[in-house]
Amino acid sequence: MNAAIQNTMHVVVALVLPPLLPGVIAKTKALFAGRVGPPVLQPYYDLIKLFRKGSVISTTTTGVFLAGPVVGLVTVTMALLLVPLGHSDAPISFTGDLVLLAYLLGLGRFFTALAALDTGSAFEGMGAAREVTFACLAEPALFLGLLVLAKLSGSLQLAGMLGNSLASHWSGAGASLALVLISWFIVLLAENCRIPFDDPNTHLELTMIHEVMVLDHSGPALGMILYGAALKLFLFGALVVRLVMPRTTFAWLDWLIFVGAILGVSVVVGVVESSLARLRLTHVPVLLVTACLLSAFGVILLVR
Amino acid sequence: MSQFLDPFLIAALALNFVALGVSRIRGVISAVALQGVLLGFLPLFVHTDIGLRGVLLIIVTIGLKGFVIPGFLVHAMREAEIQHEVNPILSYMSSLLLGAVGTGLAIVFSSTLPLAEQHADLLLVPASLATVWSGFLMLTTRRKAIMQVLGYLLLENGIFLFGLLLLEAMPFLVEVGVLLDLFTGVFVMGIIIHHISREFASISTEHLTELKE
Amino acid sequence: MNEWLLIAGVVLTALSGVPGYLTRYPGPVTQWVTTLIAVSGSTLGLLALCMFWTMGEGQSVVLPWPIPGAEFAVALDGLAALFLLPVFLVSLVGSVYGLAYWKESEHPDSGRKLRLFYGILTAGMGLLVIARNSILFLFGWEGMALSAFFLVTAEDGKQEAREAGWVYLVATHIATLCLFGLFAILHAASGSFALAPLAWDKVSPRTATLAFTLTLLGFGIKAGIMPLHVWLPGSHAVAPTHVSAILSGVIIKMGIYGLVRITSLIPHPPVEWGEIILALGVASGILGVVFAIGQHDLKRLLAYHSIENIGIIVIGLGLALVGRSLGRSGWIILGLGGSLLHVWNHAFFKSLLFLSAGSVVHATHTREIDHLGGLAKRMPVTAACFLIGSVAICGLPPLNGFVSEFLIYLGLFGTLVSGDGPSYAGAAFAAPALALIGALAIACFAKAYGAVFLGTARTHHADHANEAPWAMLAPLLVLVAACVVIGLTPVVVVPALARAISAWAPELRDVEAELVALAPLKWVSVMSLALLTALAAAGFLLRYRLRTGAVEHGPTWACGYVAPTPRMQYTSSSFAQSLVNLFGRVLRPKTLRPPTLALFPQKSEFQSKVSDVVLDEAALPVFRLAGYLFSRFRVFQQGSVQSYLLYLFIALIALLLWR
Repeated sequence: MNAAIQNTMHVVVALVLPPLLPGVIAKTKALFAGRVGPPVLQPYYDLIKLFRKGSVISTTTTGVFLAGPVVGLVTVTMALLLVPLGHSDAPISFTGDLVLLAYLLGLGRFFTALAALDTGSAFEGMGAAREVTFACLAEPALFLGLLVLAKLSGSLQLAGMLGNSLASHWSGAGASLALVLISWFIVLLAENCRIPFDDPNTHLELTMIHEVMVLDHSGPALGMILYGAALKLFLFGALVVRLVMPRTTFAWLDWLIFVGAILGVSVVVGVVESSLARLRLTHVPVLLVTACLLSAFGVILLVR
Repeated sequence: MSQFLDPFLIAALALNFVALGVSRIRGVISAVALQGVLLGFLPLFVHTDIGLRGVLLIIVTIGLKGFVIPGFLVHAMREAEIQHEVNPILSYMSSLLLGAVGTGLAIVFSSTLPLAEQHADLLLVPASLATVWSGFLMLTTRRKAIMQVLGYLLLENGIFLFGLLLLEAMPFLVEVGVLLDLFTGVFVMGIIIHHISREFASISTEHLTELKE
Repeated sequence: MNEWLLIAGVVLTALSGVPGYLTRYPGPVTQWVTTLIAVSGSTLGLLALCMFWTMGEGQSVVLPWPIPGAEFAVALDGLAALFLLPVFLVSLVGSVYGLAYWKESEHPDSGRKLRLFYGILTAGMGLLVIARNSILFLFGWEGMALSAFFLVTAEDGKQEAREAGWVYLVATHIATLCLFGLFAILHAASGSFALAPLAWDKVSPRTATLAFTLTLLGFGIKAGIMPLHVWLPGSHAVAPTHVSAILSGVIIKMGIYGLVRITSLIPHPPVEWGEIILALGVASGILGVVFAIGQHDLKRLLAYHSIENIGIIVIGLGLALVGRSLGRSGWIILGLGGSLLHVWNHAFFKSLLFLSAGSVVHATHTREIDHLGGLAKRMPVTAACFLIGSVAICGLPPLNGFVSEFLIYLGLFGTLVSGDGPSYAGAAFAAPALALIGALAIACFAKAYGAVFLGTARTHHADHANEAPWAMLAPLLVLVAACVVIGLTPVVVVPALARAISAWAPELRDVEAELVALAPLKWVSVMSLALLTALAAAGFLLRYRLRTGAVEHGPTWACGYVAPTPRMQYTSSSFAQSLVNLFGRVLRPKTLRPPTLALFPQKSEFQSKVSDVVLDEAALPVFRLAGYLFSRFRVFQQGSVQSYLLYLFIALIALLLWR
């Protein structure tokens, strides 16, 4: 009974909360810039508007073009069912589901890149090339962090790895967990195309990665892409939050802390975006390799 | 004690990588300065009874490592009109990877050293060896004179870390560290006075070949 | 009973090409007859396998043979059965494919030879897998190797085919030489030529290490493990496509079979052996896919991916060996299970990819990716099959590649997690390496699929491409079905895997139950089916929404750069450029950049190339040096009878003095 309530909360929070995050980030950046900025609920209005609009579809494209947004959205939604949020253990949990999580995101990335190449435009091809290149370096960082969590918790299920026992490990293996936290935050910025990897507000060839892949999408397909991007940001934010968040015995308190922490992560992302500039593209691999190395040292510290 | 030490040492290790990977000289100066400040706090945790003299020394160390020397370096950059790019001999990725290999080897090597039991589990020895290695890398793979000063500062941070192990045995260690930092200040003054904006080899090398006689 | 059926199948496929070769009236009828015989031979073999898996083990068949030391001893066990399935299945679909791909009317000089050696190849592989005697094994091995040589050089009019054939021949004969040495050592240790477990505690460590090195070299060359892979890219690229499919899908697995069979004879290997194999697997995996990213010949790209997948298989094998040394049954089951399942998966999806690529090459007459484009509109079924193959090879759910990589990941993560027994941390770092391999594979196949099938046609080659005929499409659909079935219902392969693992490590008890307990394959099924259903539902919703809404069609907008030309699209080399530069120290890309001097430069070309570094910069210079040194020996070849008599006299004196 309790599990059913928690799972329902999980699904509701996972589906309803994510579009709030880009709104919070935009508001934080506006405050730093001395502007008022768009309302925090703006992404919801944008999504509703987009789902009502018509579409323009390029004649160069095939079925793969519309498969991109669909696969991207469905894979992220399924991945969210595997991650524990708030007070709930994940609704779906089995040994090795961490591999499924990473590979579901990979499936979404593959089809997004193909949808971009389908348009036959140099712009979108460039975005797809950059996206897959940076993802290659971010994946090992994610897996090295998962190795640390697996070793500490002794379980291969995400619900167990990010579960109750993690709080007690911070005192013993705090160094490794701190390294994983920094590394996973860098991976969050990379996978969600935030500064310093990509500027989500610009439309210049020099500075786009994710934005440029979705240039030709419009209407409901674009709505699916924006919603999927918000879900992905929520997913990575949840992973980062679960690393540090303590678990209490009160369910509603846990959910409140979790929602507050996720919004806090969005504010931190907004602060980072306002204080740093985008890295030169040739320097991006250096930062991602640093993230991998930090996680790797987290593992080495545990097994030495 | 180790749970207080560890975060500082992890931050120091991370700052090694930052110093090796950043492409602007100001960034490297900030990283080395921050590392110096963090290391300045460490004697508080290693030495249980510190006394007034100890606190005074810590304040002087932090002031020197975190504010005076970096201030000198920034002033030198302006006076000698040094450009902001690091211009390494070895690419950023290679220096980062070499630094990582060195840090890994340091961690493995230090577990084989015969340390006293209270020191065996700490991250002190690996962190110090890794910092010495990063400083050495920076000294040898960066062209500009100011980068070699920064490499020397990093090297010295590493030796300071190692010396923290001997703090009870050698009470004047921190003072000696402060003196070494002052020596760096003289180094930097040399750069300013001679306007060495690029390599030390911008002094005419024919004078240097006279050394072989 | 099934052994006799199997032998009949092997003999039938061996003879399938003979009537076609000897007949006086070649034509489409002989091609049909040959294909029919080959298909029936393969079907007999598959039938024997089905009987084995449902009805249990048979006896071994031993026939006398006049060659001293050898006997015709064949037996079918779990391991052999597992490796036989790809042999017969890929050969079957390849023969059907060849009906339309290598028509007798289009290739009158090479068609019959091709079909003859295709049959002998299949028969050779079938023989070596079931052989229980080293000499019989070598017969099958050489039959396979030599017929593969004739198949690779089928188009021997082309220079590149001849060169690739020579490299292949040299490599395979070095491998066979190593195998001769290995079997000689085994004979010296056990006294017979039988392939059975021998008492390794009586063998000195030096001999054991020598045997291990020879195994690794000999079978590693055939499997294509880096850095012994130098023959692979060239031969796979120039061979006819159904031959490339069997080269990539099956022949390199024979190298893996050899490794697996020899290591099964050793109950307590030292840990270092497993570590070396694990490290070689990681290196092959990463370097294979990195080299693939730099290629722009479609079949060479797929060949390098075979090296990557062999790396993944070898990672699993290394984990199983480490598990056997340390006595951890979970590691053995997961590592070997993932490795053997990947043998099947790779055979299926690599053949699928090669055959689809063959349809593309057949329709457009070029293998250059950068000359193609937009083929998905002209060849929709082939494009869909290639897409399914790409999703499978990247190891993405819901297809079969994910299941085998899932098992290997569980094994690798498990080395850190499982509590009892000696711990071993080194293997855990192979898990992020496997993640890196997967991400690089996604990048490479996004490049390949995007450049060939998506966008618009870059040159005139793609203008007149048409969909392939049914004889070339039917094999693709069979392979797609195999990939989908294993991906959605992996529990069907568990019995076959469990029998193979028990055959490898007979000391394990109750393998099937432990495999099911360690790996939640039912959950994988459930999630894959849920994924497919959700994708279908979301797809339908989107289509419904688009149908009821306002949809306009127009040219690609691309942020205002309206109406792009085909030449403005990203080419495959530009897509891969940042990755190639990132790994530049290993790949050493060479560019030919013409100097643009003078005020009005003429039209010129830019070329970039990633050639095989190990071949060009390590192997070829060594062979050139050897050629130079050996040419100095030519001074002995005077041509005069007197000096030859002198040599005979000297040799006689030396022999008399030696004993």
